[in-house]
Amino acid sequence: MAEKLRVNPILCTGHGLCAELLPEQIATDEWGYPILSGTPVPKGLRKLARRAVNDCPALALMLVGDR
Amino acid sequence: MTSGAQASATGRQASLEGTVQPGATVQPEATVQPGATVLPRLLSASGRPADLAEHLRVHGRLLYRGGARMLIHSIESAGLTGRGGAAFPTHRKLTAVADQLGVPVVVGNGAEGEPASDKDKTLLWSSPHLVLDGLQLAAEAVGARRVHLYLHREPALVRHLESALAGRAAAGLDRLQVGLVTAPARFLAGEESALASRVGGGAALPRFTPPRVFEHGVDGAPTLVQNVETLAQLGLISRYGPAWFRAVGTEAEPGSMLTTIRLADGSGGVAEAAIGTPISQLLKLDRYPARAVLVGGYHGAWLSPEQAGRLTLSNADLRPLGAAAGAGVLAALPVDRCGLVESARVVRYLALESAGQCGPCLNGLPRIAASLNQLAQRRSTPADRDDVQRWSALVERRGACHHPDGTVRFLRSALAVFTDEVTLHEAGRCSARSPEPFLPIPAGSPAREEDWS
Repeated sequence: MAEKLRVNPILCTGHGLCAELLPEQIATDEWGYPILSGTPVPKGLRKLARRAVNDCPALALMLVGDR
Repeated sequence: MTSGAQASATGRQASLEGTVQPGATVQPEATVQPGATVLPRLLSASGRPADLAEHLRVHGRLLYRGGARMLIHSIESAGLTGRGGAAFPTHRKLTAVADQLGVPVVVGNGAEGEPASDKDKTLLWSSPHLVLDGLQLAAEAVGARRVHLYLHREPALVRHLESALAGRAAAGLDRLQVGLVTAPARFLAGEESALASRVGGGAALPRFTPPRVFEHGVDGAPTLVQNVETLAQLGLISRYGPAWFRAVGTEAEPGSMLTTIRLADGSGGVAEAAIGTPISQLLKLDRYPARAVLVGGYHGAWLSPEQAGRLTLSNADLRPLGAAAGAGVLAALPVDRCGLVESARVVRYLALESAGQCGPCLNGLPRIAASLNQLAQRRSTPADRDDVQRWSALVERRGACHHPDGTVRFLRSALAVFTDEVTLHEAGRCSARSPEPFLPIPAGSPAREEDWS
């Protein structure tokens, strides 16, 4: 099943690690908070996406089933 | 099938003659009653609060259905939608909660954080027993064992409800004891997830979803949150049936709704109106011309007088313009005021009312508010307008709750409706003759953690 990245904006403190790991899927706004592409994570990026989720210092990033 | 608005005390009495005798018990699902088109239905016809004796004389005792879900079909036939602002079909919400595995909690929401709205408070003062009937019936419909009423932290109002509950206990009306929970005076205190947190003993702060409140709300239980007006409507439908309910309103949006009206002459109040009533009639625009009309409150939208003049109070009319009937706020901005000044005051208030939990809202709203204020004060540079556009796009859909989205909707409608005024302001001028503030803004923004509890 295709998955998408989602951020819990309450937990997110804008470390920016996810955007460094996955610039194809995540940009940052002018305050350092992630802007997600909203598109399903392509096969080739799944490993990196999982790493971004696991490495998020605020545990704010998640992979969710694409609806 | 549109009937005019208006709270007519004499009309109500006339309509009841020969239908409900004092002391008589009203049968459930009665056929259309004479007087079904007479308003008000919800507010007390006498203008005084309806005490228990008056309530029982007019409506009789509440009629339990004898089991979960049994009322839901009537609610579906009636086409009742939530009156808290979102207009979500009530039967779907009831069903979604009844379908959950755990034992649900029901909360009547009377927190009404919207400063421009007084209708829930007015209803709780006027007809507490209709609301409390609806609360018990909603609890029965979803199989709840615990019910709460969430309301303004106003000692007199709380005492009013405590006394109403004591009277009901003495009369043996309520099957479940109702716990009163007070809300902090914050714009977002009535947001469903904030309510669930507050009723569970925490701060009234929105939380990230999923899980949604109907699955995982108060203390983790499936939770039905219904606006107090929705509950009062449910109390009426349970007695008089769906056809009676549909005798006013439109086919797609049946029934009446409470509105908080601010006329351009500064007068106003809470009135019950049939959905589909012309906005110009409700705001008496012929007599009191307006510079613009605000519909739906501070997360709502401005309309030009021309738009307001041809539209009715209904989502069918308002949604195509990006507006909504919402919780029934209608305010006519007087012609001598500046829409940009008013909007800047509101956006500043909304920025201060951000719960400050989500980065984009915390950072974006104060910047948007500051730029809009520069424009309102005729000190803006061309960069300000670009900044406002960019920041608006940056905050939209990036919060845990809809506060940034509602704020941006309000702001964009202001820039669209007051576009001539924007041009004037950018040239250092303003067409307004009065600096007097019009829309109500409460004093005191949250400064400490306790302000959210």
